[in-house]
Amino acid sequence: MEDIEHLEKKMKLIDENGLRIDGRKPIQLRPIKMEVGVLKKADGSAYLEWGGNKVLAAVYGPREAHPRHMQDPTRALVQCRYNMAPFSVTERKRPGPDRRSVEISKVISEAFNSVIFTEQFPRASVDIFIEILQADAGTRCAGLTAASMALADAGIPMRDLVASCAVGKIDGIVCLDLRKEEDNYGDADMPVAMIPRTGEILLLQMDGHLTLEEFDRGFTMVKDAIGRIYEMQKEALRKRYAVSAEELEEPAEQAPPPEPRSEPEPPEPYPPEQQFQPDQDDMEGQQ
Amino acid sequence: MTEIVSELQRDRVYRLAASGTRSDGRTPEEVRPITVEKNFATNAEGSARVKLGNTDVLVGVKVEMGEPYPDTPDSGVLSTGAELVPLASPEFESGPPRPEAIELARVVDRGIREAHTIDLKKLCITPKEKVWICFVDIHALDYDGNLFDAASYGALAALTCTKVPASKLGLQDYPLPIQNYPVSITAAKIKDVIVIDPNLQEEQIADARLTVATDENGDIRAMQKGLKGSFSYEEVNRIIGLALKVSDVIRAKLKA
Amino acid sequence: MNSGPVRREIVIPGDVIGDRNSKPGQGSFVEGDSVYSSLLGIKTANYGRVGVIRLSGRYMPYPGDFVIGIVEDRGPSHWLIDINAPYPAALHPAETPWRVDFGDTGRFLEIGDALIATILSVDEIKRIQLTMEDRSARRITEGQIVDISPSKVARLIGKRGSMIAMLKDYTGTRMLVGQNGRVWVDGNPRDMAIVARAVEIIEDKAQVLGLTESVRAFLEGEYQKRPDARLR
Repeated sequence: MEDIEHLEKKMKLIDENGLRIDGRKPIQLRPIKMEVGVLKKADGSAYLEWGGNKVLAAVYGPREAHPRHMQDPTRALVQCRYNMAPFSVTERKRPGPDRRSVEISKVISEAFNSVIFTEQFPRASVDIFIEILQADAGTRCAGLTAASMALADAGIPMRDLVASCAVGKIDGIVCLDLRKEEDNYGDADMPVAMIPRTGEILLLQMDGHLTLEEFDRGFTMVKDAIGRIYEMQKEALRKRYAVSAEELEEPAEQAPPPEPRSEPEPPEPYPPEQQFQPDQDDMEGQQ
Repeated sequence: MTEIVSELQRDRVYRLAASGTRSDGRTPEEVRPITVEKNFATNAEGSARVKLGNTDVLVGVKVEMGEPYPDTPDSGVLSTGAELVPLASPEFESGPPRPEAIELARVVDRGIREAHTIDLKKLCITPKEKVWICFVDIHALDYDGNLFDAASYGALAALTCTKVPASKLGLQDYPLPIQNYPVSITAAKIKDVIVIDPNLQEEQIADARLTVATDENGDIRAMQKGLKGSFSYEEVNRIIGLALKVSDVIRAKLKA
Repeated sequence: MNSGPVRREIVIPGDVIGDRNSKPGQGSFVEGDSVYSSLLGIKTANYGRVGVIRLSGRYMPYPGDFVIGIVEDRGPSHWLIDINAPYPAALHPAETPWRVDFGDTGRFLEIGDALIATILSVDEIKRIQLTMEDRSARRITEGQIVDISPSKVARLIGKRGSMIAMLKDYTGTRMLVGQNGRVWVDGNPRDMAIVARAVEIIEDKAQVLGLTESVRAFLEGEYQKRPDARLR
């Protein structure tokens, strides 16, 4: 969906052996590297390399929402800003949001809005920033995947992590995770974001041409890939905090128990299908 | 969303600076450790990610064809921009560039331009019609004080590894012609104490700020005084002297 | 004493931490037949509830918490205090030890002043009220404030207060730890600087095994350099 280039020439994207221009099979992902907690000022952050993509995500919040009139008295706003650095693409992009960035910011904000327990932070805002430092197609998937880890790193309460990946069609073959050339000359591209545990689809966009059968096949492929990416996210988060757990090994048996927190407030009314118990506020005991 | 600095903190940072051991353990004349990673962003014709202490900046250079300025028809063009993206600090907001971002871009630009860092005459394709334009874009990633120097180092380091994409014209790509290596040093004045390479805490309480860019000959190429306080002539000279003292080591790092 | 180290598990939002027989505690939520973690943290079971203690994130104010705040604004009949939380807290003259006339708030606390207080209440829309009725509450006029991640406050205090006792012992400083990730230290400049560095070690190296020993080694090193320094 990276429509920055509009070149006409045709390119053979899949060879006689069914391999793509970078040697991948249709169901293979590009190499992905993830690192959590890379920035000092942000409350949470993550850096991700995905094929040729280099993406930095940061979260600030919850913090008081500004301007005042934007505040929601019942819940936190979730605001994502997706931005591409001018040098991140082959032809320099003028700094500042363009229509594409605004749209991507919106769909990513909406994806996270449904997983964050926003009602725990009335009048506040959870601000998510995604900076694309180097682009190679699939930046919104990379950005969303990184932002998910940044949110966890920032201690934002959520139902789950969200993972994202795209599937497309090139030379008539349904293929996972298109790279730049495949996206430019391919026949379809469909980024998806999901919670693997529940199967909920939080982001879905598509452009191009897919038959119903191709869509089905593509969706199965991308769902599986998202599951794998989700495991990578968890691994990256665990690695960041791995030894902390060991340090808190000492049980506080002989310490007098800290004052128990008061009972939680009655749960907010939720639609019948989703009865969540309210999250109690954090109890920083003296462990 | 400005952070409130407590009086206690103001006093402490000042007292430490005055004592000769700053809040991060440095002497007033010490610059924080610098790391340079060149060619970080490979879609750019040149790039460098520089860390100055905890301040982290990525600078990318895009070289594209365009029209020359009417008064310099056979010269390439240098254009510098800066984005203080909100990711880098709770103080940065989204929106059009604020005066701070514009000042940063112009000061970095001045340092590079006035030292004739790039031999712009070698970037002419067809006089009056087509020349190479160097877009230097500064992207702040993590802000812990002194973006002026971090961005300037990033820009110079990025330029030293930039390739002019002449293959687009059927010719061979060639390295951007660099003929000078200006180094910028920024000092902050806190009451009566002057510190080089202020960290964020020092910047937050600084009364005045001076950035000086010097070249290999020890000559001055650009200067910028900022904030509402003032400097005496002796103080300015002292800062220039300090800049010259520390520049060579930094220049070597950026050239490498 | 202890029966040996208990392995604590790091959980991620969406990880299962309990089943239909478990009672959900802090940092968790119920969906269907399971209890899930809503936070990145350590799984715990306290008072019969399964929950998660967060490993990161901003300070979430709770009534009774001891905090160190900085005045960010004031009006004729109240002050707004930054307590390093998602929201500022309000302090009303009635909750201070002073007699404050209307419009006279500046005489007692000005913008930029630091103070020690307790969280009095947090309402449903997260409006936070502070009180200074605790004995130790006051405006801070000396010493310095060191920052630490709120989620590391427990590490700084240590098991039964052991870590903070060690710091006070070696440095001879007075220290008060705010739940909101701010620590007040008072002593002579050199000792305060050592505390600041020790806190940095705790903050940065909370991931490293043997943190207590690392901090002890650092303190030992610092005080051996100066024969006239304290060593208990």
